[in-house]
Amino acid sequence: MSTTTTDERREAGNGEKFADWADGRLGIYTLAKTNMRKIFPDHWSFMLGEICMYSFIIIILTGVYLTLFFHPSMNEVVYDGSYVPLQGVQMSEAFNSTMHISFDVRGGLLIRQIHHWAALIFLAGMFVHMMRVFFTGAFRKPREVNWLFGFLLFFCGMFTGFTGYSLPDDLLSGTGVRFMEGAILGVPVVGTYLSFFIYGGEFPGGDFVARFYSVHILLLPGIMLGLMITHLILVFYHKHTQFAGPGRTNKNVVGAPLLPVYTAKAGGFFFLVFGVIAIIAAIASINPIWEIGPYRPDQVSTGAQPDWYMGFAEGLIRVMPGWEINLWGHTLVLGVFIPLVIFPLVLFAIAAYPFIEAWITKDTREHHIADRPRNAPVRTGIGVAWVTAYMVMLVGGGNDLWATNFHLSLNAITWFVRIAFFVGPVVAFIITKRICLGLQRRDAEKVLHGRETGIIKRLPHGEFVEVHEPLDAGQLYKLTAHEQTRPAELPAAVDENGVKRKVSAMEKLRVKLHKGYFGEQSQIAKPTAEEFEEITSGHGHH
Amino acid sequence: MSSQDNSENLPSEQDPEHGSVERARDPFADPGLPPHKPRVQDIDEAAARRSERVVAGLFMLSMVATVAFIASFVIFPIDKIVYIFPFGHVSALNFSLGLTLGVALFAIGAGAVHWARTLMSDEEMSDERHEIAAPPEVREKVMQDWADGVRESGFGRRKLIRNTMYGALAMVPLAGVVLLRDLGTLPEDKLRKTMWAKGKALINMNTNEPLRPEDVAVGSLTFAKPEGLEEDQHDFQTQIAKAALMIVRLQPENIKDKRELEWSHQGIVAFSKICTHVGCPISLYEQQTHHVLCPCHQSTFDLSDGARVIFGPAGHALPQLRIGVNSEGYLEALGDFEEPVGPAFWERG
Repeated sequence: MSTTTTDERREAGNGEKFADWADGRLGIYTLAKTNMRKIFPDHWSFMLGEICMYSFIIIILTGVYLTLFFHPSMNEVVYDGSYVPLQGVQMSEAFNSTMHISFDVRGGLLIRQIHHWAALIFLAGMFVHMMRVFFTGAFRKPREVNWLFGFLLFFCGMFTGFTGYSLPDDLLSGTGVRFMEGAILGVPVVGTYLSFFIYGGEFPGGDFVARFYSVHILLLPGIMLGLMITHLILVFYHKHTQFAGPGRTNKNVVGAPLLPVYTAKAGGFFFLVFGVIAIIAAIASINPIWEIGPYRPDQVSTGAQPDWYMGFAEGLIRVMPGWEINLWGHTLVLGVFIPLVIFPLVLFAIAAYPFIEAWITKDTREHHIADRPRNAPVRTGIGVAWVTAYMVMLVGGGNDLWATNFHLSLNAITWFVRIAFFVGPVVAFIITKRICLGLQRRDAEKVLHGRETGIIKRLPHGEFVEVHEPLDAGQLYKLTAHEQTRPAELPAAVDENGVKRKVSAMEKLRVKLHKGYFGEQSQIAKPTAEEFEEITSGHGHH
Repeated sequence: MSSQDNSENLPSEQDPEHGSVERARDPFADPGLPPHKPRVQDIDEAAARRSERVVAGLFMLSMVATVAFIASFVIFPIDKIVYIFPFGHVSALNFSLGLTLGVALFAIGAGAVHWARTLMSDEEMSDERHEIAAPPEVREKVMQDWADGVRESGFGRRKLIRNTMYGALAMVPLAGVVLLRDLGTLPEDKLRKTMWAKGKALINMNTNEPLRPEDVAVGSLTFAKPEGLEEDQHDFQTQIAKAALMIVRLQPENIKDKRELEWSHQGIVAFSKICTHVGCPISLYEQQTHHVLCPCHQSTFDLSDGARVIFGPAGHALPQLRIGVNSEGYLEALGDFEEPVGPAFWERG
C-alpha cells in the first residue's frame, strides 16, 4: 500500500505519544498485540463469573467508604444518636458507629446496604458460577488449578462474609459469634485454648470486633484480591472455553474481540450489576441492626439465621444428634465436632472432584470445549447429588422458619433433613443420570430423524404422520461433536509371556469407576455416520 | 414413530452449499462458521441512527439521574420517612439516593450493551489456541538451566549448608508462633466458674431488684443475674455470658428428678440460661410441658426432669443452681454451679 508511508509520517497525536511513552517503559504494545483484540466467546452462563468479579469490586468500593465511619471497638458507650428507641441503651462503639452510619451519615445506610447485598450476591454468584464450571466440565485440563483458585475464593468469601456481618456487634451476629465459640470449644484437645486465643480470653471479651475487623478488611480481602487477579490472568492465558458448534473446535475460540465488543458488553455489565444492586439497596432493607439491638450474651431473638452461605453449616449443627462422649475426664463433643468436620469436607469434596475425575479418566489432553451436562451423566449426577446435600442442609439451617411458615413439625423437619442428607443425594444422582440419558436419546433421535415440526400430515391412504424436519449441518455437528469414551478394561490376567499380571487394588477401583462413568448404563451411543446414511438414503425403514 | 417410506419425516439429502467432500464422507463433520447474517442496523442507516439515539438517550438519562442523586442528597433530610407503595414506610433519603444512583449506573450499562449489540460489529472472529504446555525444546532448556543453577549453588553437594538452612528456615517461624501466645489468657478453670457463690441474691433481670419466692408465679419464666453484677461494669458481658439464669416455679410434685427437687425452693428451680449446645441463651418456655427451647438450634430441655435434653443437638442437661432463701426472705444461691455452664469442651469431663 502506497499510502502507509505518508500515514507513518503524519504527526502523532497526544494519545499516541503517550502510548509510545508508556510502551518505552512498560512494553504495552507487546501486551496489546495479543490481547487488545483477544476473542471472548459468548454464552449467557459466561457472565456468572463476571457478576462475581463486579460485586467484589462493588464490595471493595463500598467497604472502603464504610471504614471511614466504622469504629472497630467493643468499648461500651451509651447511645445518644438520632434513632429514638435505642437512646440511652448501652452498646459497643462498633454498634454505635454502625447506627451512626445508618442514621446520621447521609447515604451511609445506602452504602451499608449495597455492601451487604453485594456480599450476598457475590457468594451466590460464585456458587452458581462454580456449578456452571462443574457441570460443563470446564474444570478439566488445563484449568484444574484455576478451579482451585475459584474454590478458594468461594471458601474465603464465606469467612469474609461471616467476619463482616459480625462487625456491627448486634444481637443477631453476636449470636453467630457465640455459635462459633461453641463450635471451637468442641474441637478435641485444643478447642478451649483456640477459643481463648481467638477471643482474647473468655467469650465475648473485648477483642473480637477489632480482630475480625483486621481479618475482614485486610487479611481475607487481600488474599482474595490476589486470588481473583490470578484467576483472571489464567482465564486470559487459557482462553475461555466454548460450547461445540459450527466452526467452534477444541483448537480455536470463536466470539467477539475484547476491543470493542467485549469491553463494551463486559464494562457495561459492571454498571448493570452495580445499578441493580443499588436499586435493591434502595428498596429492600438488609440487616436492620436498629431493630435487632446491640449484642448481649444473655439475650436472643427467635428466628436467628446466618447469611445464606452459612446456612449450610447452620443446618449441620442443627440436625446433628447431641452426641457427647465422656472418658478419662475428657469430653469428646461429637455433636458439635462432627458438623465442624463435615462442613469443610463437603466443600473440599467438590474442590477435589476435577482431580478425581482426571485420575479415573487418565485423560491428559487439553479440553477447551465445554461439555453439555447431559453428555457426562455421571459427573452431572454427582454434581446434582452434591447440590442436593447442600440444599438439604440449607433447609436444616432454617428448620424453625420452615416449621413456622409452613405449619410443620420442627421435629419432623429435623428428622427429614437427617435422612435426606444421606438419601437425597443418592436419589438425585439416579434421577439426574436417567434424565441425562433420556436427553442423549432425544439428541440421537433428532440427529437421525430430524426435528419434530408439530405439523401433522395425512397420507393418501389415510394415515397421519408428523413431519420431521431434518437438522442442518451445524446442528448435526453440534449434537454429535461430543466424544464418547470407551469403558476401560483391566489388562488380561496373564500377559503375553504367560506371567501373571499384578494389578493394584487402586487400578482395579479405577477401572471399575471408569466403567461406571462410561459403561453401557452411563451413555447412549451417539448415531454413527452409517446409521445416518442408511436412514437418509431412504431405505432405512424396517 | 412412523416407519412409512415418507421422505418428509427423514432428513433430506445434504444441503448442496455445505456438501463439501469432507461432509460427503462424514455427515457430522464441522461445517465451519456460518456466514454472517447482517442485523437491521447493518443495512438500514435509519435503524442504526435509531439505535444511536437510544444509546445516547440512555447515557443522558444517566446524567440526569446523577444530578437527581445530588439533588436528593441536598433536599431530603436524613430523618424523613415517607410512605411509598409497595415498600411501605421508607427513608426518603435512602430511597431516592439508591434509586437515582441505580438508574445512573444502570443506564450507562444498558447504553454500553445496546451500543455493542446493535452498532458494533457482530461478526464472529476466531483465534487459534496454542497448547499450554511448552514444546520439548523449551522444556529441555528449562531443565538444563535448573540443573546448572542447582549445580552452581552446590546445593546437592554441600549437605551441611543445605541441612542447616532447612533447620534455620524451619525454626524461624517459631518466633511468630510464640508471639501469638498473648492473644489470650489461658483457660485455667475460667469455664468452670461463674459469679454465683453462696449467699449471692438472685436479681431480677427486668427490675434489677432481688427476687422473693412469691415474685415467681407458676408458669412464668424469670431471668436473673447474680447480686453485684451491673450492666455498666466493664466485664458485664463476659460475666453474664456464664451467669445468666432462668427461674421457673413448678409444682413440687411435678418435679421428677430427685436432685432437682432438693436444689429447688418451694418448687422454684434455677437453671443456667446458656444452652449446652453452642451457648445461645435459651428463651422460650412452654409452661404446660415445662419444656424450654433454645431459639437458635432448637435444643429442648425438660425443666421438670433435671433439664435433660429431650430434642435437638444439645449433648447434656442444663446445669442447675442450688437455691434457697436468705434471712430477709430473698432467693439466694447456695453455691456456684457444680458443673461448667454452656457448651461442652475437651477438659469438661
